[in-house]
Amino acid sequence: MKISEKHIRIFFQANGILSVLVLAGIFGFLLINAIGAFQTITLGEFFGTTWNPTSYVQPQWGILGLLVGTLLVVAAALLIAVPLGLFTGLYLSNLASPRVREVLKPAVELIASIPSVVLGLVALLVLSPLVASLFGLTNGLNALTAALIVAVMVLPTIASLSEDVFSAVPDAYRQGGLALGATRWQVLRRVILPSSLSGIFAATMLGLGRAVGETIAVLMVAGNALAFPHGLLDPVRPLTANIAIEIKEVVTGSTHYQALFAMGLVLFIITMAFNVLAELVLQRHMKRLGA
Amino acid sequence: MSDTLSEKAYLTLVALSAVSALGILLAVILFLFAFGGSALSADFIFNNWNHQHIEQAGVLQAIVGTLALAVGVFAVSVPIGVASAIYLTEYARSTWSVRLIRLAIRNLAGVPSIVYGLFGLALFVQLLALGTSLLAAILTLSAMTLPWIISAGEESLKTVPLAYRQGALALGATPWQTIRHIVLPQSLSGMMTGAILGVSRAIGETAPLILVGATFFMNGLPTGPLDKFMALPYHTFILATQHADPHAKSYAAATAIVLIGLVLMVNGVIFYYRYKIRKKTLGEIR
Repeated sequence: MKISEKHIRIFFQANGILSVLVLAGIFGFLLINAIGAFQTITLGEFFGTTWNPTSYVQPQWGILGLLVGTLLVVAAALLIAVPLGLFTGLYLSNLASPRVREVLKPAVELIASIPSVVLGLVALLVLSPLVASLFGLTNGLNALTAALIVAVMVLPTIASLSEDVFSAVPDAYRQGGLALGATRWQVLRRVILPSSLSGIFAATMLGLGRAVGETIAVLMVAGNALAFPHGLLDPVRPLTANIAIEIKEVVTGSTHYQALFAMGLVLFIITMAFNVLAELVLQRHMKRLGA
Repeated sequence: MSDTLSEKAYLTLVALSAVSALGILLAVILFLFAFGGSALSADFIFNNWNHQHIEQAGVLQAIVGTLALAVGVFAVSVPIGVASAIYLTEYARSTWSVRLIRLAIRNLAGVPSIVYGLFGLALFVQLLALGTSLLAAILTLSAMTLPWIISAGEESLKTVPLAYRQGALALGATPWQTIRHIVLPQSLSGMMTGAILGVSRAIGETAPLILVGATFFMNGLPTGPLDKFMALPYHTFILATQHADPHAKSYAAATAIVLIGLVLMVNGVIFYYRYKIRKKTLGEIR
């Protein structure tokens, strides 16, 4: 049989469709295993406050403590990374000379290519003793240290997306502002920032999705205690860290194993929701500015 | 404060934020060398791992494992990724199937790496019975790398001017002939740099490896795709968090230097290459 143009097209299409299958596969495998867990655990137990699956008396399957750990780390990380990332994007898009840009932009991108474990190690060696001595703690393994390193990790995401967003503001806006006698900062503050608000929101959501999924660096410095956290200086065990810690210790197919998949499903849904939200807002924003 | 003074203060603040990225980068490298520089030696790079005598131990097996992983991920994800990118830019009309594929790719890029690990554990390790092995790790990381490679591929394909395609088609070339002889030669180098960047990022991942294959100690090197293997990121992780030796952390830092050296080398070469291409073709594309 001769290979025709049609066959070639079908070959390429099949490769494209594979991505859909992978995404569906991820969701499917998480779901199948997670459903198994709920034959033993009720939904109420799953959203309880205490996670203690290996108790001899009464195993407890509540993920809320872990979820709050995740939220503490993510919220504090974004509080640092969003202003820093926005300013970086603002500088790269509106202020930097081409030569400075040529150095700074790769530097921002390079941060994204530092392996998570390497940043975790630096946090363990440098940040955690620093946090411990600043706050008079016996060790610096807590939500704050984890948040500091997660902030570094999401900085490139927020910086490059906000650079795109600020660059998309039509030149006429800026020129109009300057022609009316506004200073450079006034133009940034009163023209560029306000016309980029929904783009900034999208960048934040995308950073949030990334931050929720961070595993290794967080696992190395968050302290990993199972007690319900009450503040940034408490040791926490975020969802991702908990999966990584426990998955090697559990019997395949056991309720504990399946509960970890259920936890994975929760992560999958959270990150997907924020990514889709970011994408929708960004598309609308760019379309509006283009029109 | 006068207006010009506060104006200057604000602009300086913005500039400082941007420079902080450079500061972070330098600080990471500086601290790694401060902690791990003394453990770094030729022996450390070329010896096998030694559990009892950590001061004689080397990371050769982990380097080989990570390189094997890189080659494997490249071999699996690049052909599929490039073919997908070709479909999306060259063949697809804007139909629902294309929208579905793009939606899938965007969401795949946002899935946490630990979730890819769970997927790999359930599909490759358990269902396909590959066990925790090099092959299971390659397939898992390939799934994770795929969306990055497709995006890089699409971007590169879009830089080929439409007129080239129209010219070829007008001369009677078929769509495949146009892609094969006109579009691909023009965009291949861009696609490859994107692919190499993606793979270099994938081999730095640790979380999926915990679930699907890496080990901290083995005799010799893996002999086949179904063997367990050692990898630099996993080795760094275990040394940093779970090794009893009082000097383990400096060996962790030394391992991290080897890992980051590998990744930054690849990145550096590609950035330089891109910079040169951009200088050469400036104005031609835009």
